[in-house]
Amino acid sequence: MKNDSQRIVITGIGLTSPLGNNLAELREGLLNGRSGIVHTEIRHMGVVAAGLCRFDETKHQSKKMRKRGTRAGAISVYCTKEALIDSGIDFDSTDRARVGVYLGITEHGNVETENEIHDLYNTHNKDVSFWSHHHNPRTVANNPAGEVTLNLGITGPHYTIGAACAAGNLGIIQGVQQLLLDEVDLAFAGGISESTETFGIFAAFKAQGALGHHEDPTLATRPMDVDRNGIVVSEGGAVYVLERLSDAKKRNAKIYGEIIGYHSNSDASDFVLPNTERQIECMKYAMKKAGIEPSEIDIVNMHATGTNQGDIQECQAVAGLFKDCKTTYVNATKGFIGHAMGAAGALELAGNIPSFTDGYIHPCKKIEKLDPDCAIPNLVNGEKIAHDVKIILNNSFGMLGINSTLILKKYS
Amino acid sequence: MVTNEEVRAKVLDIIADIALDDDVTGIKDDVALREQLDLDSMDFLDIVMELKKRHKIEVPQEDYPRLASMQSCVEYLGPKFNQ
Repeated sequence: MKNDSQRIVITGIGLTSPLGNNLAELREGLLNGRSGIVHTEIRHMGVVAAGLCRFDETKHQSKKMRKRGTRAGAISVYCTKEALIDSGIDFDSTDRARVGVYLGITEHGNVETENEIHDLYNTHNKDVSFWSHHHNPRTVANNPAGEVTLNLGITGPHYTIGAACAAGNLGIIQGVQQLLLDEVDLAFAGGISESTETFGIFAAFKAQGALGHHEDPTLATRPMDVDRNGIVVSEGGAVYVLERLSDAKKRNAKIYGEIIGYHSNSDASDFVLPNTERQIECMKYAMKKAGIEPSEIDIVNMHATGTNQGDIQECQAVAGLFKDCKTTYVNATKGFIGHAMGAAGALELAGNIPSFTDGYIHPCKKIEKLDPDCAIPNLVNGEKIAHDVKIILNNSFGMLGINSTLILKKYS
Repeated sequence: MVTNEEVRAKVLDIIADIALDDDVTGIKDDVALREQLDLDSMDFLDIVMELKKRHKIEVPQEDYPRLASMQSCVEYLGPKFNQ
């Protein structure tokens, strides 16, 4: 039995997503089957489907700092400050040298580099003396987390965790580990993505034959549907306040849940194609660390991006572990909000957390024609179901064969 | 001929787009800009870049101190606007 200082809990959540700018709005959208996907125009791409966030960028930072910084930084600052407010922590009396910021990212710097090169070629006739002195501080990989420390006066460690589309989970895992190592007393951890500001990611998915599209943008990504044709790129962020249970109890904090297990591993098999065996292994190790059996899981939230092979392989992995678990339900989030890249794991976990208190499991966005290869038991399709949820398992996988699983338990 | 008032107005336009959270209407010309506005070294580099982009005026690094106040800006940049 772990003592309270070895147990890590979530005590604050701040987020922005294509379905809204706080947990209540995201949850309402997921329970009621709303899509956050729209058509938008992207440089060089024309009109594409995407998930965009519409939060107030200067709610928590000055106009000047917003202009100096990045969209990724703005998302990070917004989410972190919202999480801090939600936690109720008295930050004025917090030792900020003992606070860490750990944010998962799929990539960073593409947006700023594309913009600079666009201007260099189209406005400045390739004269690099017009290249911005802001380019380096905007594109260093720690930028999103660093902007948070500047905004909040945090003098503890900050960095980003580059982990492709597993990054949202990995950011949270990093926060947990740093608390357990006693490096910090408070962690802001999660994932963020501003990928919708760059044409390159859209163009690359299109070249790969994996960019989801449909004349109705809300149908552009249809994970597990036999007619699915790919990923919809989204932006977003979710940042969690993580504390030791002992500290949370001391200040009588609201506790969303306890992170009881996690794991990350590598496929070591392909640049982009997933690996069912390694995914199973990842989930198994996470459950082993948590000290639980598959039958104790109430929700498995799939990564399910809407690609042909990716969805099938993950369904095989989930079915392989949970097919005999009568009370384990499976859902997926990307049909509603698209693929928020580095934010995906953290946002999708957030979408399920209210299950602990509202007693529902949100569905997958209605799958009209379920792919027979994805027809796994207890898939929650189109309609929420009532269930007493105590444990959530959250999967996020990414390119270069990176897998992550996080397990969250209702605190009681 | 660009007058000193016009030079001042052009510099003020640039500063207004950089010091976005400050009221720039009451700037005292003989007081250092940094004493009146929330400006740091990156902001002064922004001023230099905007002079280059908007008015094709180059300010070499050794002349950056000449941009310290509005008065010194006008004195230094006036001849450059009229070259």
